[in-house]
Amino acid sequence: MELDNIEKLLEKYFDATTTVAEEETLKRYFAQESVATHLEQYAPMFQYFSNAREERFTKQVPLKPRKNYYKWISVAAVAVLVFGIYFGNAYKERKDAEFAYQETKKAMELLAENFSKGTEKVAYLNQFEETKQKIYNND
Amino acid sequence: MQQSEFLNVVMPFKDKLYRLAKRLLISSEEAEDATQEILMKLWSKNEVMGSYKNVEAFAMTMTKNFCLDRLKSKQATNMKLVHSNYAEENSGLQKQIEAKDSVHWVQKIMEELPEQQKLVLQLRDVEEYDFDEIAEMLDMQPTAVRVALSRARKLVREKLVQKHSHGIG
Repeated sequence: MELDNIEKLLEKYFDATTTVAEEETLKRYFAQESVATHLEQYAPMFQYFSNAREERFTKQVPLKPRKNYYKWISVAAVAVLVFGIYFGNAYKERKDAEFAYQETKKAMELLAENFSKGTEKVAYLNQFEETKQKIYNND
Repeated sequence: MQQSEFLNVVMPFKDKLYRLAKRLLISSEEAEDATQEILMKLWSKNEVMGSYKNVEAFAMTMTKNFCLDRLKSKQATNMKLVHSNYAEENSGLQKQIEAKDSVHWVQKIMEELPEQQKLVLQLRDVEEYDFDEIAEMLDMQPTAVRVALSRARKLVREKLVQKHSHGIG
């Protein structure tokens, strides 16, 4: 590549009238080892632009979850609701049954207490019977 | 649009989005986050994507706007984007270090430029887009792009010559 051409291109380059292809010619020229001394000062610029093009985006982008996201959340919510109502009812029934059981137990206890009172009284009757027998036997 | 189809459309220019984001945000982590955000946004719009005539230009515009918003919100809260990507890959040879050093100046100079000039330089000199494409991405007239580009290139040259003659950045 002749120097004249490069110099002309450079001038055009700074007026921003070069085409992409001409800019590539400049980049190629400044990428090589032998650059004319009076043009050396421009070399870092073109080298930098070429280097900057090499940078890559390496991070992974999680794309999957966005789709059907809401659908699955609503499915989960409905499931939780159904289970909640079902088990909530079962729990309530068990509570009710327990309450009834406790009440019955109380009533039974009351009954048993009164029965035992009755038995105590019968014990007196026994005493009477025994004494009566003794008296009869003495006769 | 299916996922594989989406990836086929997006993969060719995802690096360009990242480089543009990094040009504006400077920090590589911030740029990665921004790129990820943009790709997710694109994915969420994948149903209407077929109707865009130029997805790449659309994505570039999105990235530009996203990054500028990000910079603005950081500025509003009086915070600066910090970046920790100072460490470059180590190269053993002295010559490489020297070459890298002056190339590094260019990077420094680029970081100091106004945002619009960063954008045109990035889109033209790094990504090699046409003026018409750049005009579409930046919502500018092609002639305005040309003027901005010329100004930006001359500014970089000026600063580079300054550093070259003083030796210190």
